Amino acid sequence: MSADWPILSVVIWLPIIGGLLVLGSGDRVPNVTRWLALLVSILTFVLSIPLYTGFDVSTAQMQFVENLPWIPAFDVSYHLGVDGISMPLILLTTFITILVIIAGWEVIQYKPSQYMAAFLIMEGVMVGVFAALDAMLFYVFWEAMLIPMFIIIGIWGGPRRVYATIKFFLYTFLGSVFMLVALIYMYFESGSMEILAFHDLKLNLTEQVLIFVAFLLAFAVKVPMWPVHTWLPDAHVEAPTGGSVILAAIMLKIGGYGFLRFSLPITPDASQTLDWLIIGMSLIAVVYIGFVALVQQDMKKLIAYSSIAHMGFVTLGFFIVFRILANPDVDSGAVLGVQGGMVQMVSHGFISAAMFLCVGVLYDRLHSRQIADYGGVVNVMPWFAFFMVFFAMANAGLPGTSGFVGEFMVILASFRADFWFAVLAATTLILGAAYTLWMIKRVVFGEVRSEGVAALSDINAREVVVLASLALAVLALGLWPAPLIEVMDASIGNLVQHIGVSKL
Amino acid sequence: MQYDLTSLQPVLPELFLLGAACLVLVVDLFLSPRTRMVSYGLSLMALLGTIALVAWVAGPERQTLFAGSFVRDPVADVLKIALLSVGVLALAYGRGYLLGQGIYRGEYFILALFALLGMMIMASAGNFLTLYLGLELLALSVYALVAFDRDSLKGAEAAMKYFVLGALASGMLLYGISMLYGATGSLTFTEVAEAIGSGEVDETVLVFGLVFVVIGVAFKFGAVPFHMWVPDVYHGAPTAVTLFLSSTPKIAAFALALRLLVDGAGGLSAHWADMLTILVVLSLAIGNIVAIAQTNLKRMLAYSTISHVGFIFLGFIAANDKGYSAALFYTVVYALTAAGGFGLLAMLSRRGFDAENLHDLKGLNDRSPWLAGMMLLILFSMAGVPPTVGFFAKLLVLEAVVSVDKVWLAGVAVFFSIVGAFYYLRAVKMMYFDRPIDDAAIEASIDSRMAFSINGAAMLLFGLFPAGLLEVCRAAFAG
Repeated sequence: MSADWPILSVVIWLPIIGGLLVLGSGDRVPNVTRWLALLVSILTFVLSIPLYTGFDVSTAQMQFVENLPWIPAFDVSYHLGVDGISMPLILLTTFITILVIIAGWEVIQYKPSQYMAAFLIMEGVMVGVFAALDAMLFYVFWEAMLIPMFIIIGIWGGPRRVYATIKFFLYTFLGSVFMLVALIYMYFESGSMEILAFHDLKLNLTEQVLIFVAFLLAFAVKVPMWPVHTWLPDAHVEAPTGGSVILAAIMLKIGGYGFLRFSLPITPDASQTLDWLIIGMSLIAVVYIGFVALVQQDMKKLIAYSSIAHMGFVTLGFFIVFRILANPDVDSGAVLGVQGGMVQMVSHGFISAAMFLCVGVLYDRLHSRQIADYGGVVNVMPWFAFFMVFFAMANAGLPGTSGFVGEFMVILASFRADFWFAVLAATTLILGAAYTLWMIKRVVFGEVRSEGVAALSDINAREVVVLASLALAVLALGLWPAPLIEVMDASIGNLVQHIGVSKL
Repeated sequence: MQYDLTSLQPVLPELFLLGAACLVLVVDLFLSPRTRMVSYGLSLMALLGTIALVAWVAGPERQTLFAGSFVRDPVADVLKIALLSVGVLALAYGRGYLLGQGIYRGEYFILALFALLGMMIMASAGNFLTLYLGLELLALSVYALVAFDRDSLKGAEAAMKYFVLGALASGMLLYGISMLYGATGSLTFTEVAEAIGSGEVDETVLVFGLVFVVIGVAFKFGAVPFHMWVPDVYHGAPTAVTLFLSSTPKIAAFALALRLLVDGAGGLSAHWADMLTILVVLSLAIGNIVAIAQTNLKRMLAYSTISHVGFIFLGFIAANDKGYSAALFYTVVYALTAAGGFGLLAMLSRRGFDAENLHDLKGLNDRSPWLAGMMLLILFSMAGVPPTVGFFAKLLVLEAVVSVDKVWLAGVAVFFSIVGAFYYLRAVKMMYFDRPIDDAAIEASIDSRMAFSINGAAMLLFGLFPAGLLEVCRAAFAG
């Protein structure tokens, strides 16, 4: 299926060009800048909707394909397309960007044009990562993402922003350059830079393991998985609210997406050989990081650790597949695990964005993220408390919210692999509830603890719009996840079938 | 053999530049400081005219002149156009700086023109002597340029160091050349290559000579362990000279390596590839690590140059056309990038103030978002982050070494480019995240602003559409 206009190119380049326009509009009349940025982001979202409405759910083939030669001497082409795995993530990106633009409306007074432009350019680049079908194009978008994020954290971040942003950049850069070497190696093996050609490339086990490790360095840092997660709490704490939202909601998903697009289909045998490693790292993320989150004093740090724990679920769901496939008694569980991981990614995109926005709302008013500085917020900000408690419930995986669906699917799949995996994974239901609700108790409920809190004003219409739209999304996905699952069903089924066949 | 005028056609650009340089020399004698603009204009026109002539005589075939001592082939065309274009940028940056520092004299332009002429001759060298002549013309012009600010002790010291070490390097090179000449009995590259290829020449003598030739090349490039002059000279020379020194001579050094090692000693590639491997690893390591410790931006960029030389040599190690074209691409891109990086320093300087420290970049985004944005592109291009062209330069070189099954070398290179990313990021940090310590208006002249904008935009444009430049570099080696 394809449209008669290059929809993916438009969704990539419109925000980038719009971002440059915003940059050019300067800071003399900040409101013009803001409205222009909002207009661009809304237009981009509207233009990305046909990706969903025109999507053919019956096939695992790439859709909306565009293919132009880019660097012929190097067999690199400008090849775009989406399947059921990437399409929901693109919509997530275009949706979240609107909210980020709105959330930064009044808060950002220092060079708003550069702020808005950075997010718009970021949006286009992230869509490019999801849509690229050429490995080199993917890599270019993947790395290009770092530049705007580096700037965003560095300029508008908190007191330790410089340390955090350089750590963020170097960590992710370190991870990805080895992926580049792996991509070049595969280029020589296959004579092509097409990701889909890599999927069919025959590789022996040694090659697969080395390539798998190179990919793992790139994607594990991005996800991030324990033990290479340490950049994330720093980056989240120091980033401005919008930066945290984009980081948590979308950039982390790019790591998960990388596993599905590269690691699993290109190196299935290495993935199977090393699945204990990933499953182990994922379970440590779920359990250990859950405990770490429990003791945090800083709200943003707490949510950052909770993100790591939730992303542990995603990787667990992806790699549990091999244990299920190895078990001849069950057949359908493999798809369930990957689907659960995907649902968890989309759902976490909404929930973590909402949680960071909630903290942002508080921070804008009191300029503190310390849990101890709050208490009794519900008395002065009832509307805000409503939203925050709702999102906290979703974060803890309350049935009826999207947070439940993904976790449930992954736990269900884990049962088919190994009882103990499921038990360990299920501790998240307790730990997640503990750290999230304990924070809520200390921040939202109780007596008003200080004059600062007493003087807080409730959320304004702008903030209501942002939080309400996310609440709707969380609820919709929680009550009726079928449309999302239907979209990715064919693609994931195909993927699982592909990785079930050894390349050796 | 008879000479008629048309047979001189391939060497026309060099003749034109020589004539133009002499013209500027004479005209400049009659100019007062206020009308010195004329020398600048004439020099730019001379360079643009030479570019046009190079383009006019260019072609896919290989032409030789003067009994094989002068060669015009596609590689030479590409190298010359790159040299001259970067030269134009360098002069545009340099004028405003010299004016601000009170050392605005015509000799800057004249020496630069002669240096460029020397480089063009190197690019077209067909035998050892032509190559050496071009090299010395370049070197002598540049020694004088480094000492251009005659009242500066730092400049005089730098020039002295450069001169002594440069002379030593030339000596090494000559000694190596004499060995090759002695072994093969010829000075012409094609005949030397034939003699080596015949297998009748004593290999011990050849390799003995080759060691000295490689040392000479490494000196001129500034590769570790022959790099000691680079930071001192870059630091000591006036910024206008440093930016010239850091950009165009790298292209000439590429020509030197190409003519000597590939055209001449191509048959010994297994030997020199091993020698270069040592230089590459050392240059990447020392260049990137020591750069972190620098607080002086000129020194930092000097060490960064050393690490980039490692990447250029990496292309040579592949010892095939793909590798050479990757190295050519890298060199051209690097020259453009380096000119921009030092160009910004020249623009930030003004009367009584010479911008050369890292903290002089602080708050540039507040002072001039446009300059900061362009510098951002240049710095990320140096770090090799897409979508800037620096990424593709690194990519091609890496591809070339992986294609000859030296994946470990690619691993070393990417590792050190991460180390390198740190100090480029620190410069970005100064520009964007820190508040200015100096609020004076930036007094950059309009021509340098234009040059800088073109330079920065080129980073992005070549990054988004690298196919054109890549095609040119590939075609240069296709014949």
